Amino acid sequence: MDNIGTHSLDFFKTDKHEASRALSRSLQNRFLTLLCIALSLATLVPLVSIVILVLKNGLPLLSLHIFTELPPAAGMAGGGFGNAIIGTLVMVGIALAIAAPVGILSAIYINEYAPISRLAKTVRLVAKLLTGIPSIICGVFAFAIVVMRTGYFSAYAGGVALAVLMLPTILLTAEQALTGVQSAYREASYGLGATRFQTIIRVVLPDALPAIMTGIMLAVARAAGETAPLIFTALFSQYWANSLSEPTASLSVLIYNFSTVPFPHQIQMAWTASLVLVAFVTAANIIAQTAFSRKH
Amino acid sequence: MPTLAEHASQSTPAAVHESGRADFISVRDFNFFYGKKQALFDINMDIPEKQVTAFIGPSGCGKSTLLRNFNRMNELIEGVHHSGEIQLVGKSIFDRNVEVIALRRTIGMVFQKSNPFPKSIYENVVYALRISGQTKKSLLDDCVERSLRGAALWDEVKDRLHESALGLSGGQMQRLCIARAIANRPKVLLMDEPCSALDPIATVKVEELIRELKQEFTIIIVTHNMQQATRCSDRTAFFYLGKLVEYDNTHKIFSNPSEKKTEDYITGRFG
Ligand SMILES: Nc1ncnc2c1ncn2[C@@H]1O[C@H](COP(=O)(O)OP(=O)(O)OP(=O)(O)O)[C@@H](O)[C@H]1O
Ligand SMILES: [Mg+2]
Repeated sequence: MDNIGTHSLDFFKTDKHEASRALSRSLQNRFLTLLCIALSLATLVPLVSIVILVLKNGLPLLSLHIFTELPPAAGMAGGGFGNAIIGTLVMVGIALAIAAPVGILSAIYINEYAPISRLAKTVRLVAKLLTGIPSIICGVFAFAIVVMRTGYFSAYAGGVALAVLMLPTILLTAEQALTGVQSAYREASYGLGATRFQTIIRVVLPDALPAIMTGIMLAVARAAGETAPLIFTALFSQYWANSLSEPTASLSVLIYNFSTVPFPHQIQMAWTASLVLVAFVTAANIIAQTAFSRKH
Repeated sequence: MPTLAEHASQSTPAAVHESGRADFISVRDFNFFYGKKQALFDINMDIPEKQVTAFIGPSGCGKSTLLRNFNRMNELIEGVHHSGEIQLVGKSIFDRNVEVIALRRTIGMVFQKSNPFPKSIYENVVYALRISGQTKKSLLDDCVERSLRGAALWDEVKDRLHESALGLSGGQMQRLCIARAIANRPKVLLMDEPCSALDPIATVKVEELIRELKQEFTIIIVTHNMQQATRCSDRTAFFYLGKLVEYDNTHKIFSNPSEKKTEDYITGRFG
């Protein structure tokens, strides 16, 4: 009893030094808290100003025509960039069709089949290195293996460049998603006589799917805004595309082209294209963050 | 509180309940290694059919390791190996012709931490049937009702079969795992501390269930709870440091053990 009594009195030490130390500790604490708040607000500044700038400059030209018409010739007014919107969607789609299966299947292999094999370690390392590679290199790569071979710029060359860009993100997030699946689920499945394949298809993948989809949407959001890989591969086109094997317009290249010409209308249009692109990327990001988040 | 021995004498003496082969599972000179570390030493024992056999012993003595050898779950761990023999009804479970998949369907398992899949109650129960390719709705429905009744859970969940299993209470989840394990009508049920995460009331339910289930299944249960061993097992095996120290009728083990080590353990002198 005595012991407890003296113990609890320790909290009320009236020692002068102790009191001043406590005061400076609490000041320090408050200062750090304020600093953190200020810095977090600071990170919002660029984001908010981009949104405001793009809205302010992009909204005036925004209309239905923008989505249905072709870009105006140099110095001309009117028109839109329907072909660039479709081009971006098509090329991101091609990239997804390549990168998602490759990325997810590799992730399944290195996480479920041979997690400690040399191949798995190599794949993991290469994927991590790839995430750091500048996107322009992906463009040069696709230029070398597709454009040089076929002899022309094309949507699928653009798709390949974006796929290379997306692959490491998809692979690494998918692997993380698979690692996050409780091993108790796998054990239960094996314990009931399931094969590895059945366990992956019926238990592991369904549980990891939301997180895998998040990774895919993040990769899409990043790829959709890239310019450099497309300049080398899909180039640009003033016209609607008839096939995947011809130069193809994209939003990012349109913005790049139009913002560097001396015509005010084209520059306006580049702002509007930026607005559409930002909206698209933001939508993809929001879907990634919310729609697929785990429910339990 | 009654002593352990009194508990044991209250339950039916095991010898009375002789209902099948005495060597339904037989373990011969069995050694098991995790890499270089030996976890089991020269285990020899026969486990009788349609009775409850309890494995007791201090933590780390190898109870789970032996249990997980019966359905070859340990093979999922990298770098393990064994010597000796385990036979199910006279046939080696390690034989080259034995399909692990089929073995695990014959020997079901319930884990220490209940681990229902993040699926509906219904889908949890029929999992074993689904993976063996069963799609007939009436058959699946029958299986769900039979298994949930078998696990004494039917009345509690029959109105919400298609809701997520993760919404059940801890005790209900563990009974769901039992239902899932018996859905495919296995011959043997392995239970690794099935009640360790349950409250006393849920524990009583599961124990009652275990006594029920032995009409149909051969049950091996790992437990740290001596009362539980006396309440629901017919035979008890005491392990210490990877060795089988004593294996006898539960009543005998708890009232008059032959080994000093066993007595020390069950009277709480160590472990
Ligand atoms: N995956 C593993 N890798 C290496 N050693 C292991 C592994 N699993 C268990 N062991 C070791 O094998 C020995 C027996 O472990 P086991 O899990 O069978 O004990 P147990 O009797 O079930 O203990 P508990 O009552 O704590 O569950 C222990 O020394 C343990 O450290
Ligand atoms: Mg254990």
